[in-house]
Amino acid sequence: MKLNALERAMRAGELGRAPQIALEHQIKVAEFFGAPDFVEVTQAHVMADTESLGESGVAWLERLAREDRGRARVRVPTITDPRGTDFAKAGLLKQAGWMLELERRAIDAFVRLGVSMTDTCINYQTVQAPTRGESVAFGDTGVVIYANSVCGARSNFEGGPSALAAGLTGRTPRYGFHLDLQRRATLRIKVSFVPKTLNDWGALGGVIGRLAGNYWAVPFVEGLEESRPGSDALKHFGAAMASFGSVAMFQLAGVTPEAAARELQVAHRVGESEVKALQLQYSVDGEIDVVVFSAPQLSLYELRALAELCAGRRFVKPLLAVTSPQVKPDADRFGFTQRIEAAGGHVLAGMCFYQSYAREIAEANGWKRLATNSAKLVNILGGYGYLPVLASMERCVEAAETGKLA
Amino acid sequence: MMEFLARHAIGPAVSGEALVAHDGFSARYDLDRIAGKFSRPTHKLAGQAYAGKILVLDTAKGGVASAWMLREMAARGVVPLALVFNSVNPILVQGAAFAEITMLAGFDGDITAMVPDGAKVQIDPTRGVLRIL
Repeated sequence: MKLNALERAMRAGELGRAPQIALEHQIKVAEFFGAPDFVEVTQAHVMADTESLGESGVAWLERLAREDRGRARVRVPTITDPRGTDFAKAGLLKQAGWMLELERRAIDAFVRLGVSMTDTCINYQTVQAPTRGESVAFGDTGVVIYANSVCGARSNFEGGPSALAAGLTGRTPRYGFHLDLQRRATLRIKVSFVPKTLNDWGALGGVIGRLAGNYWAVPFVEGLEESRPGSDALKHFGAAMASFGSVAMFQLAGVTPEAAARELQVAHRVGESEVKALQLQYSVDGEIDVVVFSAPQLSLYELRALAELCAGRRFVKPLLAVTSPQVKPDADRFGFTQRIEAAGGHVLAGMCFYQSYAREIAEANGWKRLATNSAKLVNILGGYGYLPVLASMERCVEAAETGKLA
Repeated sequence: MMEFLARHAIGPAVSGEALVAHDGFSARYDLDRIAGKFSRPTHKLAGQAYAGKILVLDTAKGGVASAWMLREMAARGVVPLALVFNSVNPILVQGAAFAEITMLAGFDGDITAMVPDGAKVQIDPTRGVLRIL
């Protein structure tokens, strides 16, 4: 692998031990993929909830923050994905003290390294969207697929250790979606179903994710030219596609900047029946235990829609709406939070449901049958012992009021 | 003795028993990491214990959490001995690099069809070789 003078200095430890550790990790990954060199990045986004890190990961982070006599700092703006709690709501979730302590320790270590605790998985809506051709090191698959597809920026899936390494070195190995060749469509899919709701967009993304099936596939999707999806629709579409298929980039004809079918023939046709079939896999009539809007965190507009649906209702089941710390103050100012909470719901910030010890809080609260409009969330929670149900935001709100999904 | 050559390899040489399925892998989505079992009901290995096994699977699935989780699983000693895939995503490579776990990916043919479940296998990452003993 070719290293420039700065990278050689980093590798030799001339810039300190922390960047040296980071670069060594990156070189291992680069060699696995045969990356020829590094590409400079403008920002990094680190996924690091403590359920994933565990005690050993937090201890590693603390050691890293102590390197170079505590002076190690990230070289480019480095932000964080949702944390494992909203400290103000931990009691509501019945999270244990050790979970919060682990979170506090992780936060302290990140802050010492100069990381900005944005705690958001919708940074392209709330912090700063990357621009076309911009190379970044983003974690959270939903963030990466949005950045690659909708923004035309360039990122691989960067897991927490690698994204933090990119923050510390200001670069990442040049492989995968940093290369023009990897960004070309590999699979052409014709859609004859027009999604109307966010759960429809998520379910369609899930179907396409399953068809594409792996990280190196780039589906070219046509037939949605007239549907004019907004940012929230593409957020759910991409997050579900990444979740169901590990897909990092899609091309949407007439919508995304790099969409080009090239000479590909249509390999799959997706209609209403395929989308409904996926939704039916997560369809349970009858009683539910909890309603969750999360994964991805809600935008201001989603909270606005939810607040309107809450008017005049009184919930008999917990309803949790999870957003980012950037959106929450605006939701408070505009009265959305108050309207959701007046109906008995809760607005949480800076966490994401499945990254917040989902198994433990299910056991502590007796939550099993969970209703949500997030296709990504239903895909994940099966492995955590839930019976998740996918329904529209409207039906989920009704379920919180009646205790049943009609 | 049958040998298969992988295009990508990382980690130390190991040998052990193969646990094989044509299915995906995500530490967060598919596993009960405390019990050390596949927990997602629809996974082909649901209910099976993975600690100390050489997992031979089709592809990496799911989110970025596996990058941290493999090291955390290794710290508790409830971790696969090695991961072998037809195709892999960067997350598991980053996770394997971070946790110093052996991983191979990219074969001529479907590796999940070529390695019998329960076979004793040996992996030599420096040569990118998986050998059935």
